[in-house]
Amino acid sequence: MMKKQIQKLNKGEAVTGYLFILPQMIGLMIFVIIPLVMIITYSFQNRNFLFGNLGFCGLENYRMLIDDEIFLMTLKNTLIFSLGVVPLNLVLSLALAMFLAGSAGGTSVVRGVIFLPVITSGVAWSIVFKFLLQGGPTGPINSILSIFGIEGPNWLFERGWAMFSVVVARVLKNLGMNVLIFMGAVMNLPQDVIEAGKIDGAGRMKLFSKIKLPLLMPSILMVMIVTLIGSMRVFDTIKLMTDGGPEGSTMVLVYYIYHQAFKSFSIGYASTIAVVLFVIVLILTIFQWSLRKKADYYEN
Amino acid sequence: MRTKNTALKVLYYIAIALLCVVFIYPFWWMVVNSFNDINDIFGPPTLLPRSFQWENYVEIFRVQPFARQYMNTVLVAVAGTVGNLLVSSLSGYAFARLRFPGRSALFILLLTALMMPIEVTIVPMYFMMRGMGLSDSLFPLIFIPMFCSQGAFSAFMLRQHYVTVPKEYEEAARLDGLSPMGIYFRIMLPIAVPVLSSCAILAFLSVWNMYLEPLVFISSVAKYTLPLALANFNDSYGLPQWNLQLAATTLSVIPVMIVYLIFQEKISNAMVNSGLK
Repeated sequence: MMKKQIQKLNKGEAVTGYLFILPQMIGLMIFVIIPLVMIITYSFQNRNFLFGNLGFCGLENYRMLIDDEIFLMTLKNTLIFSLGVVPLNLVLSLALAMFLAGSAGGTSVVRGVIFLPVITSGVAWSIVFKFLLQGGPTGPINSILSIFGIEGPNWLFERGWAMFSVVVARVLKNLGMNVLIFMGAVMNLPQDVIEAGKIDGAGRMKLFSKIKLPLLMPSILMVMIVTLIGSMRVFDTIKLMTDGGPEGSTMVLVYYIYHQAFKSFSIGYASTIAVVLFVIVLILTIFQWSLRKKADYYEN
Repeated sequence: MRTKNTALKVLYYIAIALLCVVFIYPFWWMVVNSFNDINDIFGPPTLLPRSFQWENYVEIFRVQPFARQYMNTVLVAVAGTVGNLLVSSLSGYAFARLRFPGRSALFILLLTALMMPIEVTIVPMYFMMRGMGLSDSLFPLIFIPMFCSQGAFSAFMLRQHYVTVPKEYEEAARLDGLSPMGIYFRIMLPIAVPVLSSCAILAFLSVWNMYLEPLVFISSVAKYTLPLALANFNDSYGLPQWNLQLAATTLSVIPVMIVYLIFQEKISNAMVNSGLK
Protein backbone atom coordinates (compact mmCIF):
# COMPACT_ATOMS: atom_id res chain seq x y z
CA MET A 1 0.00 0.00 0.00
CA MET A 2 2.65 2.42 1.18
CA LYS A 3 5.00 1.34 -1.58
CA LYS A 4 2.36 1.89 -4.20
CA GLN A 5 1.74 5.39 -2.92
CA ILE A 6 5.44 6.23 -3.08
CA GLN A 7 5.62 4.84 -6.60
CA LYS A 8 2.65 6.96 -7.55
CA LEU A 9 4.28 10.00 -5.96
CA ASN A 10 7.53 9.34 -7.84
CA LYS A 11 5.72 8.96 -11.10
CA GLY A 12 3.83 12.15 -10.47
CA GLU A 13 7.08 13.90 -9.61
CA ALA A 14 8.70 12.70 -12.83
CA VAL A 15 5.77 13.91 -14.91
CA THR A 16 5.84 17.30 -13.18
CA GLY A 17 9.60 17.45 -13.75
CA TYR A 18 9.23 16.84 -17.47
CA LEU A 19 6.43 19.37 -17.72
CA PHE A 20 8.51 21.99 -15.92
CA ILE A 21 11.54 21.58 -18.17
CA LEU A 22 9.46 21.19 -21.33
CA PRO A 23 9.34 24.89 -22.38
CA GLN A 24 13.08 25.30 -21.97
CA MET A 25 13.83 22.04 -23.74
CA ILE A 26 11.63 22.88 -26.72
CA GLY A 27 13.35 26.27 -26.95
CA LEU A 28 16.75 24.62 -26.63
CA MET A 29 15.90 22.32 -29.52
CA ILE A 30 14.64 25.09 -31.80
CA PHE A 31 17.15 27.79 -30.95
CA VAL A 32 20.35 25.89 -30.19
CA ILE A 33 20.48 22.22 -31.12
CA ILE A 34 18.73 22.28 -34.50
CA PRO A 35 20.58 25.42 -35.71
CA LEU A 36 23.86 23.76 -34.73
CA VAL A 37 22.99 20.62 -36.68
CA MET A 38 21.88 22.86 -39.55
CA ILE A 39 25.13 24.82 -39.88
CA ILE A 40 27.09 21.59 -39.92
CA THR A 41 24.77 20.22 -42.62
CA TYR A 42 24.86 23.50 -44.56
CA SER A 43 28.64 23.49 -44.48
CA PHE A 44 28.59 20.39 -46.71
CA GLN A 45 26.12 21.91 -49.14
CA ASN A 46 26.33 24.29 -52.03
CA ARG A 47 23.61 26.42 -50.48
CA ASN A 48 22.49 29.83 -51.66
CA PHE A 49 20.33 32.47 -49.98
CA LEU A 50 17.91 32.74 -52.89
CA PHE A 51 17.82 29.26 -54.39
CA GLY A 52 18.32 27.14 -51.28
CA ASN A 53 20.26 23.91 -51.47
CA LEU A 54 21.97 23.38 -54.83
CA GLY A 55 23.31 19.99 -53.82
CA PHE A 56 25.70 18.18 -51.54
CA CYS A 57 29.26 19.22 -52.19
CA GLY A 58 31.28 17.26 -49.67
CA LEU A 59 34.30 19.07 -48.36
CA GLU A 60 34.31 21.63 -51.17
CA ASN A 61 33.45 24.53 -48.81
CA TYR A 62 36.24 23.52 -46.47
CA ARG A 63 38.69 23.29 -49.36
CA MET A 64 37.62 26.78 -50.41
CA LEU A 65 38.52 28.11 -46.95
CA ILE A 66 42.17 27.21 -47.40
CA ASP A 67 42.40 28.99 -50.76
CA ASP A 68 40.28 31.98 -49.72
CA GLU A 69 42.72 34.77 -49.07
CA ILE A 70 40.02 36.93 -47.51
CA PHE A 71 39.13 34.18 -45.06
CA LEU A 72 42.77 33.74 -44.09
CA MET A 73 43.02 37.50 -43.67
CA THR A 74 39.95 37.62 -41.40
CA LEU A 75 41.37 34.76 -39.37
CA LYS A 76 44.63 36.66 -39.03
CA ASN A 77 42.81 39.89 -38.17
CA THR A 78 40.75 38.14 -35.50
CA LEU A 79 43.96 36.80 -34.04
CA ILE A 80 45.60 40.23 -34.09
CA PHE A 81 42.52 41.74 -32.49
CA SER A 82 42.57 39.13 -29.72
CA LEU A 83 46.31 39.49 -29.22
CA GLY A 84 45.69 43.20 -28.77
CA VAL A 85 42.61 43.02 -26.59
CA VAL A 86 43.49 40.20 -24.21
CA PRO A 87 46.94 41.30 -22.93
CA LEU A 88 46.01 44.99 -22.85
CA ASN A 89 42.80 44.26 -20.98
CA LEU A 90 44.46 41.88 -18.51
CA VAL A 91 47.45 44.07 -17.72
CA LEU A 92 45.37 47.23 -17.32
CA SER A 93 42.61 45.61 -15.29
CA LEU A 94 45.02 43.79 -13.01
CA ALA A 95 47.05 46.96 -12.44
CA LEU A 96 43.91 48.96 -11.73
CA ALA A 97 42.54 46.29 -9.43
CA MET A 98 45.77 46.20 -7.40
CA PHE A 99 45.81 49.99 -7.30
CA LEU A 100 42.17 50.33 -6.25
CA ALA A 101 42.16 47.42 -3.80
CA GLY A 102 45.23 48.75 -2.03
CA SER A 103 44.02 52.33 -1.68
CA ALA A 104 41.67 54.08 0.64
CA GLY A 105 39.31 56.82 -0.52
CA GLY A 106 37.25 57.24 -3.65
CA THR A 107 37.34 53.65 -4.87
CA SER A 108 33.59 53.19 -5.00
CA VAL A 109 33.28 56.23 -7.26
CA VAL A 110 36.03 54.95 -9.54
CA ARG A 111 34.50 51.49 -9.61
CA GLY A 112 31.18 52.99 -10.61
CA VAL A 113 32.76 55.13 -13.30
CA ILE A 114 34.86 52.45 -14.97
CA PHE A 115 31.85 50.15 -14.97
CA LEU A 116 29.66 52.62 -16.89
CA PRO A 117 30.87 51.48 -20.35
CA VAL A 118 30.19 47.84 -19.41
CA ILE A 119 26.46 48.48 -19.08
CA THR A 120 26.39 50.80 -22.10
CA SER A 121 25.46 49.19 -25.39
CA GLY A 122 28.34 48.30 -27.66
CA VAL A 123 26.63 50.22 -30.43
CA ALA A 124 26.41 53.47 -28.44
CA TRP A 125 30.02 53.12 -27.30
CA SER A 126 31.24 52.40 -30.83
CA ILE A 127 29.31 55.34 -32.29
CA VAL A 128 30.84 57.74 -29.77
CA PHE A 129 34.33 56.37 -30.34
CA LYS A 130 33.90 56.69 -34.06
CA PHE A 131 33.32 60.40 -33.53
CA LEU A 132 36.14 60.80 -31.02
CA LEU A 133 38.59 59.16 -33.40
CA GLN A 134 37.77 61.29 -36.45
CA GLY A 135 40.90 62.16 -38.38
CA GLY A 136 42.37 65.56 -39.12
CA PRO A 137 43.13 68.32 -36.63
CA THR A 138 39.45 68.78 -35.69
CA GLY A 139 38.85 65.22 -34.47
CA PRO A 140 38.23 65.33 -30.70
CA ILE A 141 41.08 63.00 -29.70
CA ASN A 142 43.40 64.60 -32.23
CA SER A 143 42.66 68.10 -30.99
CA ILE A 144 43.50 67.00 -27.45
CA LEU A 145 46.73 65.44 -28.75
CA SER A 146 47.56 68.65 -30.58
CA ILE A 147 47.69 70.47 -27.23
CA PHE A 148 50.77 68.35 -26.54
CA GLY A 149 52.09 69.01 -30.01
CA ILE A 150 51.23 65.56 -31.34
CA GLU A 151 49.67 65.26 -34.75
CA GLY A 152 47.23 62.37 -34.51
CA PRO A 153 46.67 60.03 -37.47
CA ASN A 154 43.42 59.45 -39.31
CA TRP A 155 42.64 56.74 -36.79
CA LEU A 156 39.91 54.75 -38.47
CA PHE A 157 41.13 55.06 -42.05
CA GLU A 158 44.78 54.12 -41.81
CA ARG A 159 45.92 50.54 -41.77
CA GLY A 160 47.25 49.56 -38.38
CA TRP A 161 45.78 52.57 -36.60
CA ALA A 162 42.29 51.28 -37.42
CA MET A 163 43.01 47.98 -35.70
CA PHE A 164 44.64 49.84 -32.82
CA SER A 165 41.51 52.01 -32.48
CA VAL A 166 39.01 49.15 -32.35
CA VAL A 167 41.22 47.30 -29.85
CA VAL A 168 41.40 50.33 -27.55
CA ALA A 169 37.67 51.07 -27.85
CA ARG A 170 36.87 47.48 -27.01
CA VAL A 171 39.30 47.29 -24.09
CA LEU A 172 37.96 50.49 -22.52
CA LYS A 173 34.41 49.23 -22.86
CA ASN A 174 34.95 45.94 -21.05
CA LEU A 175 37.77 46.88 -18.70
CA GLY A 176 35.51 47.65 -15.72
CA MET A 177 34.21 44.11 -15.64
CA ASN A 178 37.64 42.53 -15.27
CA VAL A 179 38.76 45.21 -12.81
CA LEU A 180 35.89 44.28 -10.49
CA ILE A 181 36.57 40.54 -10.89
CA PHE A 182 40.25 41.05 -10.07
CA MET A 183 39.46 43.37 -7.17
CA GLY A 184 37.39 40.59 -5.66
CA ALA A 185 40.26 38.16 -6.14
CA VAL A 186 42.86 40.58 -4.72
CA MET A 187 40.77 41.27 -1.64
CA ASN A 188 40.33 37.54 -1.07
CA LEU A 189 44.08 36.92 -1.05
CA PRO A 190 45.13 35.18 2.18
CA GLN A 191 46.47 38.02 4.30
CA ASP A 192 48.62 35.76 6.49
CA VAL A 193 50.67 34.60 3.52
CA ILE A 194 51.26 38.20 2.42
CA GLU A 195 52.17 39.24 5.97
CA ALA A 196 54.60 36.34 6.15
CA GLY A 197 56.17 37.53 2.93
CA LYS A 198 56.52 41.04 4.32
CA ILE A 199 58.14 39.77 7.50
CA ASP A 200 60.59 37.81 5.41
CA GLY A 201 61.56 41.13 3.86
CA ALA A 202 59.99 40.89 0.43
CA GLY A 203 59.77 44.26 -1.33
CA ARG A 204 56.71 45.47 -3.20
CA MET A 205 57.84 44.03 -6.52
CA LYS A 206 58.85 40.73 -5.05
CA LEU A 207 55.67 40.52 -3.02
CA PHE A 208 53.71 40.98 -6.23
CA SER A 209 55.67 38.67 -8.52
CA LYS A 210 56.45 35.89 -6.06
CA ILE A 211 53.36 35.80 -3.86
CA LYS A 212 50.36 37.71 -5.16
CA LEU A 213 50.67 36.86 -8.85
CA PRO A 214 50.91 33.07 -8.35
CA LEU A 215 47.95 33.20 -5.98
CA LEU A 216 45.94 35.18 -8.53
CA MET A 217 46.89 32.87 -11.41
CA PRO A 218 43.65 30.81 -11.42
CA SER A 219 41.51 33.98 -11.66
CA ILE A 220 43.82 35.45 -14.28
CA LEU A 221 43.56 32.34 -16.46
CA MET A 222 39.77 32.26 -16.18
CA VAL A 223 39.42 35.94 -17.03
CA MET A 224 41.88 35.50 -19.88
CA ILE A 225 39.82 32.78 -21.54
CA VAL A 226 36.51 34.59 -21.05
CA THR A 227 38.03 37.75 -22.56
CA LEU A 228 39.57 35.73 -25.39
CA ILE A 229 36.25 34.08 -26.27
CA GLY A 230 34.57 37.48 -26.18
CA SER A 231 37.18 38.95 -28.50
CA MET A 232 36.78 36.09 -31.00
CA ARG A 233 33.09 37.01 -31.19
CA VAL A 234 33.56 40.73 -31.81
CA PHE A 235 31.13 42.24 -34.30
CA ASP A 236 29.43 45.52 -33.33
CA THR A 237 32.65 47.43 -32.62
CA ILE A 238 34.02 46.51 -36.03
CA LYS A 239 30.81 46.95 -37.99
CA LEU A 240 30.15 50.42 -36.59
CA MET A 241 33.64 51.86 -36.24
CA THR A 242 35.47 50.71 -39.36
CA ASP A 243 33.00 48.50 -41.23
CA GLY A 244 35.88 46.10 -41.78
CA GLY A 245 38.11 48.67 -43.44
CA PRO A 246 40.46 50.10 -44.44
CA GLU A 247 41.15 47.51 -47.15
CA GLY A 248 39.70 44.79 -44.96
CA SER A 249 42.37 45.29 -42.32
CA THR A 250 39.83 45.08 -39.48
CA MET A 251 37.58 42.44 -41.00
CA VAL A 252 37.07 39.68 -38.43
CA LEU A 253 35.46 36.22 -38.46
CA VAL A 254 31.93 37.17 -37.41
CA TYR A 255 31.94 40.12 -39.80
CA TYR A 256 32.90 37.75 -42.62
CA ILE A 257 30.17 35.26 -41.66
CA TYR A 258 27.62 38.06 -41.72
CA HIS A 259 28.94 39.35 -45.01
CA GLN A 260 29.04 35.96 -46.75
CA ALA A 261 25.53 35.04 -45.56
CA PHE A 262 23.59 38.26 -45.93
CA LYS A 263 25.56 40.28 -48.50
CA SER A 264 27.08 37.62 -50.78
CA PHE A 265 24.23 35.17 -50.08
CA SER A 266 26.62 32.19 -49.87
CA ILE A 267 24.88 30.36 -47.06
CA GLY A 268 26.88 27.14 -47.40
CA TYR A 269 30.19 28.95 -47.26
CA ALA A 270 29.06 31.25 -44.42
CA SER A 271 28.06 28.16 -42.45
CA THR A 272 31.49 26.66 -43.01
CA ILE A 273 33.11 29.76 -41.48
CA ALA A 274 30.61 29.55 -38.62
CA VAL A 275 31.72 25.96 -38.02
CA VAL A 276 35.31 27.22 -37.77
CA LEU A 277 34.23 29.82 -35.19
CA PHE A 278 32.28 27.16 -33.32
CA VAL A 279 35.28 24.84 -33.13
CA ILE A 280 37.51 27.66 -31.84
CA VAL A 281 35.00 28.66 -29.16
CA LEU A 282 34.37 25.02 -28.25
CA ILE A 283 38.07 24.32 -27.68
CA LEU A 284 38.43 27.45 -25.56
CA THR A 285 35.32 26.56 -23.55
CA ILE A 286 36.48 23.02 -22.86
CA PHE A 287 39.78 24.48 -21.69
CA GLN A 288 37.88 26.94 -19.49
CA TRP A 289 35.71 24.23 -17.94
CA SER A 290 38.67 21.99 -17.21
CA LEU A 291 40.38 24.96 -15.54
CA ARG A 292 37.33 25.60 -13.42
CA LYS A 293 37.20 21.96 -12.38
CA LYS A 294 40.83 22.22 -11.32
CA ALA A 295 40.12 25.44 -9.44
CA ASP A 296 37.20 23.81 -7.63
CA TYR A 297 39.43 20.88 -6.81
CA TYR A 298 42.04 23.11 -5.22
CA GLU A 299 39.45 25.10 -3.32
CA ASN A 300 38.03 21.99 -1.69
CA MET B 1 57.52 61.71 6.29
CA ARG B 2 54.40 63.78 6.62
CA THR B 3 55.07 65.71 3.40
CA LYS B 4 55.83 62.50 1.57
CA ASN B 5 52.47 61.11 2.59
CA THR B 6 50.63 64.21 1.44
CA ALA B 7 52.49 64.16 -1.85
CA LEU B 8 51.54 60.53 -2.35
CA LYS B 9 47.95 61.32 -1.53
CA VAL B 10 47.87 64.16 -4.04
CA LEU B 11 49.41 61.90 -6.69
CA TYR B 12 46.87 59.24 -5.87
CA TYR B 13 43.94 61.58 -6.28
CA ILE B 14 45.37 62.96 -9.52
CA ALA B 15 45.63 59.40 -10.84
CA ILE B 16 42.06 58.66 -9.82
CA ALA B 17 40.77 61.87 -11.36
CA LEU B 18 42.57 61.14 -14.65
CA LEU B 19 41.10 57.67 -14.67
CA CYS B 20 37.60 59.01 -14.21
CA VAL B 21 38.13 61.57 -16.96
CA VAL B 22 39.10 58.84 -19.43
CA PHE B 23 35.89 56.96 -18.77
CA ILE B 24 33.52 59.91 -18.40
CA TYR B 25 34.84 61.98 -21.31
CA PRO B 26 33.18 59.86 -24.05
CA PHE B 27 29.79 60.19 -22.36
CA TRP B 28 30.31 63.87 -21.68
CA TRP B 29 31.33 64.47 -25.27
CA MET B 30 28.25 62.60 -26.45
CA VAL B 31 25.82 64.66 -24.36
CA VAL B 32 27.49 68.00 -25.16
CA ASN B 33 27.47 67.42 -28.89
CA SER B 34 23.95 66.10 -28.92
CA PHE B 35 22.99 69.76 -28.38
CA ASN B 36 25.25 71.10 -31.12
CA ASP B 37 24.51 72.10 -34.64
CA ILE B 38 26.05 69.58 -37.04
CA ASN B 39 28.71 72.12 -38.06
CA ASP B 40 29.76 72.71 -34.45
CA ILE B 41 30.50 69.09 -33.59
CA PHE B 42 34.14 69.06 -34.58
CA GLY B 43 36.60 71.69 -33.57
CA PRO B 44 38.59 72.58 -30.50
CA PRO B 45 37.35 70.56 -27.51
CA THR B 46 34.82 72.40 -25.35
CA LEU B 47 33.15 71.47 -22.12
CA LEU B 48 29.76 72.91 -23.08
CA PRO B 49 27.72 72.85 -26.27
CA ARG B 50 28.51 75.61 -28.75
CA SER B 51 25.02 76.04 -30.15
CA PHE B 52 22.43 74.62 -27.69
CA GLN B 53 20.23 73.29 -30.41
CA TRP B 54 17.40 71.65 -28.50
CA GLU B 55 15.61 70.88 -31.76
CA ASN B 56 17.96 67.93 -32.23
CA TYR B 57 15.88 66.08 -29.67
CA VAL B 58 12.69 66.85 -31.59
CA GLU B 59 14.19 66.17 -34.98
CA ILE B 60 15.18 62.58 -34.13
CA PHE B 61 11.52 61.70 -33.79
CA ARG B 62 10.85 63.15 -37.24
CA VAL B 63 13.57 61.50 -39.31
CA GLN B 64 12.87 58.05 -37.88
CA PRO B 65 9.92 56.54 -36.01
CA PHE B 66 12.14 56.85 -32.97
CA ALA B 67 9.36 56.67 -30.36
CA ARG B 68 8.13 53.49 -31.96
CA GLN B 69 11.65 52.06 -32.07
CA TYR B 70 12.12 52.97 -28.43
CA MET B 71 8.89 51.20 -27.52
CA ASN B 72 9.95 48.16 -29.57
CA THR B 73 13.11 47.93 -27.53
CA VAL B 74 11.27 48.29 -24.22
CA LEU B 75 8.73 45.69 -25.31
CA VAL B 76 11.32 43.19 -26.49
CA ALA B 77 13.48 43.70 -23.40
CA VAL B 78 10.57 43.33 -20.96
CA ALA B 79 8.99 40.36 -22.76
CA GLY B 80 12.36 38.66 -23.26
CA THR B 81 13.28 39.15 -19.61
CA VAL B 82 9.95 37.96 -18.22
CA GLY B 83 9.96 34.96 -20.55
CA ASN B 84 13.53 34.18 -19.63
CA LEU B 85 12.71 34.20 -15.90
CA LEU B 86 9.56 32.11 -16.27
CA VAL B 87 11.05 29.40 -18.44
CA SER B 88 14.35 29.19 -16.60
CA SER B 89 12.91 29.25 -13.09
CA LEU B 90 10.58 26.37 -13.99
CA SER B 91 13.39 24.30 -15.41
CA GLY B 92 15.92 25.42 -12.80
CA TYR B 93 13.56 24.28 -10.06
CA ALA B 94 12.84 20.96 -11.79
CA PHE B 95 16.53 20.25 -12.40
CA ALA B 96 17.33 20.98 -8.76
CA ARG B 97 14.45 19.38 -6.89
CA LEU B 98 12.30 17.04 -8.94
CA ARG B 99 13.53 13.53 -9.70
CA PHE B 100 12.99 12.17 -13.17
CA PRO B 101 14.90 9.80 -15.44
CA GLY B 102 17.49 11.51 -17.63
CA ARG B 103 17.70 14.58 -15.42
CA SER B 104 21.47 15.06 -15.41
CA ALA B 105 21.85 14.19 -19.11
CA LEU B 106 19.22 16.77 -20.04
CA PHE B 107 20.86 19.34 -17.79
CA ILE B 108 24.22 18.83 -19.48
CA LEU B 109 22.46 19.20 -22.83
CA LEU B 110 21.06 22.51 -21.60
CA LEU B 111 24.55 23.65 -20.62
CA THR B 112 25.67 23.37 -24.25
CA ALA B 113 23.46 26.41 -24.89
CA LEU B 114 25.58 28.30 -22.38
CA MET B 115 28.66 28.21 -24.57
CA MET B 116 26.95 28.47 -27.95
CA PRO B 117 27.73 31.85 -29.50
CA ILE B 118 24.72 33.34 -31.25
CA GLU B 119 27.09 34.34 -34.06
CA VAL B 120 27.50 30.66 -34.93
CA THR B 121 23.84 29.73 -35.13
CA ILE B 122 22.31 32.93 -36.44
CA VAL B 123 22.42 31.98 -40.14
CA PRO B 124 20.26 28.83 -39.91
CA MET B 125 18.15 30.52 -37.24
CA TYR B 126 17.29 33.19 -39.80
CA PHE B 127 15.94 30.56 -42.19
CA MET B 128 14.03 28.79 -39.43
CA MET B 129 12.36 32.01 -38.34
CA ARG B 130 11.56 32.84 -41.94
CA GLY B 131 10.05 29.38 -42.37
CA MET B 132 7.85 30.01 -39.32
CA GLY B 133 6.77 33.35 -40.76
CA LEU B 134 8.61 35.23 -38.03
CA SER B 135 11.16 37.12 -40.08
CA ASP B 136 10.92 40.89 -39.80
CA SER B 137 9.09 40.51 -36.51
CA LEU B 138 10.11 41.11 -32.91
CA PHE B 139 9.46 37.50 -31.88
CA PRO B 140 12.94 36.11 -32.59
CA LEU B 141 14.37 38.93 -30.46
CA ILE B 142 12.13 37.83 -27.58
CA PHE B 143 12.87 34.12 -27.99
CA ILE B 144 16.64 34.45 -28.21
CA PRO B 145 17.16 35.76 -24.65
CA MET B 146 14.70 33.13 -23.42
CA PHE B 147 16.31 30.09 -24.96
CA CYS B 148 19.86 30.82 -26.10
CA SER B 149 22.82 31.32 -23.80
CA GLN B 150 21.06 33.89 -21.60
CA GLY B 151 18.21 31.44 -20.92
CA ALA B 152 20.56 28.58 -20.14
CA PHE B 153 22.53 30.89 -17.88
CA SER B 154 19.45 31.86 -15.85
CA ALA B 155 18.39 28.20 -15.56
CA PHE B 156 21.89 27.32 -14.38
CA MET B 157 21.96 30.10 -11.75
CA LEU B 158 18.49 29.21 -10.50
CA ARG B 159 19.29 25.52 -10.29
CA GLN B 160 22.37 26.32 -8.22
CA HIS B 161 20.15 28.38 -5.93
CA TYR B 162 17.34 25.83 -5.60
CA VAL B 163 19.78 23.06 -4.70
CA THR B 164 20.54 24.97 -1.49
CA VAL B 165 16.90 25.45 -0.42
CA PRO B 166 15.97 23.16 2.53
CA LYS B 167 13.72 20.23 1.60
CA GLU B 168 11.39 20.97 4.55
CA TYR B 169 9.87 23.93 2.69
CA GLU B 170 8.40 21.73 -0.01
CA GLU B 171 7.39 18.96 2.34
CA ALA B 172 5.46 21.34 4.55
CA ALA B 173 3.79 22.83 1.50
CA ARG B 174 2.94 19.40 0.12
CA LEU B 175 1.38 18.39 3.46
CA ASP B 176 -0.66 21.57 3.30
CA GLY B 177 -2.01 20.26 0.02
CA LEU B 178 -0.26 22.56 -2.44
CA SER B 179 0.08 21.23 -5.98
CA PRO B 180 3.51 21.30 -7.70
CA MET B 181 2.44 24.42 -9.55
CA GLY B 182 1.34 25.93 -6.24
CA ILE B 183 4.68 25.08 -4.65
CA TYR B 184 6.49 26.69 -7.54
CA PHE B 185 4.45 29.90 -7.58
CA ARG B 186 3.86 30.35 -3.84
CA ILE B 187 7.19 29.18 -2.46
CA MET B 188 9.90 28.62 -5.02
CA LEU B 189 9.52 31.85 -6.97
CA PRO B 190 9.40 34.14 -3.90
CA ILE B 191 12.46 32.63 -2.23
CA ALA B 192 14.50 33.00 -5.41
CA VAL B 193 13.88 36.73 -5.79
CA PRO B 194 17.52 37.77 -5.24
CA VAL B 195 18.73 35.37 -7.94
CA LEU B 196 15.79 36.17 -10.19
CA SER B 197 16.59 39.86 -10.02
CA SER B 198 20.24 39.23 -10.96
CA CYS B 199 19.10 37.11 -13.90
CA ALA B 200 16.61 39.80 -14.86
CA ILE B 201 19.29 42.51 -14.91
CA LEU B 202 21.54 40.43 -17.14
CA ALA B 203 18.74 39.37 -19.48
CA PHE B 204 17.40 42.90 -19.76
CA LEU B 205 20.79 44.41 -20.54
CA SER B 206 21.57 41.70 -23.06
CA VAL B 207 18.35 42.41 -24.97
CA TRP B 208 18.63 46.18 -24.67
CA ASN B 209 22.11 46.07 -26.17
CA MET B 210 21.80 43.34 -28.80
CA TYR B 211 22.77 44.34 -32.29
CA LEU B 212 23.59 41.41 -34.57
CA GLU B 213 20.25 39.69 -33.95
CA PRO B 214 17.99 42.62 -34.93
CA LEU B 215 20.37 43.41 -37.80
CA VAL B 216 19.72 39.94 -39.19
CA PHE B 217 16.04 39.50 -38.34
CA ILE B 218 14.54 42.97 -38.75
CA SER B 219 14.23 44.73 -42.08
CA SER B 220 11.54 47.41 -41.73
CA VAL B 221 12.51 50.62 -39.99
CA ALA B 222 9.35 50.70 -37.86
CA LYS B 223 10.42 47.43 -36.23
CA TYR B 224 13.99 48.47 -35.45
CA THR B 225 15.26 48.29 -31.91
CA LEU B 226 17.46 51.03 -30.47
CA PRO B 227 20.93 49.76 -31.44
CA LEU B 228 19.78 49.39 -35.06
CA ALA B 229 18.04 52.75 -35.03
CA LEU B 230 21.14 54.49 -33.66
CA ALA B 231 23.30 53.14 -36.43
CA ASN B 232 20.79 54.37 -38.99
CA PHE B 233 20.92 58.17 -38.69
CA ASN B 234 21.67 59.18 -42.26
CA ASP B 235 19.83 61.78 -44.29
CA SER B 236 18.12 60.98 -47.56
CA TYR B 237 21.42 61.41 -49.43
CA GLY B 238 23.06 58.85 -47.16
CA LEU B 239 25.09 61.49 -45.32
CA PRO B 240 25.39 60.93 -41.59
CA GLN B 241 23.35 63.19 -39.32
CA TRP B 242 25.90 63.28 -36.55
CA ASN B 243 24.15 65.59 -34.12
CA LEU B 244 20.90 63.60 -34.37
CA GLN B 245 22.75 60.33 -33.98
CA LEU B 246 24.34 61.64 -30.79
CA ALA B 247 21.02 62.90 -29.44
CA ALA B 248 19.39 59.52 -30.07
CA THR B 249 22.36 57.70 -28.56
CA THR B 250 22.12 59.90 -25.48
CA LEU B 251 18.43 59.09 -25.12
CA SER B 252 19.17 55.37 -25.37
CA VAL B 253 22.03 55.41 -22.87
CA ILE B 254 20.63 57.71 -20.17
CA PRO B 255 17.82 55.49 -18.75
CA VAL B 256 20.13 52.50 -18.38
CA MET B 257 22.67 54.72 -16.72
CA ILE B 258 20.16 56.14 -14.24
CA VAL B 259 18.99 52.66 -13.30
CA TYR B 260 22.63 51.65 -12.92
CA LEU B 261 23.40 54.58 -10.64
CA ILE B 262 20.49 53.62 -8.38
CA PHE B 263 21.25 49.90 -8.18
CA GLN B 264 24.99 50.15 -8.78
CA GLU B 265 26.10 47.46 -6.33
CA LYS B 266 23.42 44.96 -7.34
CA ILE B 267 24.04 45.37 -11.07
CA SER B 268 27.81 45.21 -10.98
CA ASN B 269 27.69 42.19 -8.66
CA ALA B 270 25.30 40.37 -10.99
CA MET B 271 27.55 41.03 -13.97
CA VAL B 272 30.76 40.13 -12.19
CA ASN B 273 29.26 36.83 -11.03
CA SER B 274 28.15 36.06 -14.55
CA GLY B 275 31.67 36.71 -15.77
CA LEU B 276 32.99 34.07 -13.42
CA LYS B 277 30.58 31.33 -14.36
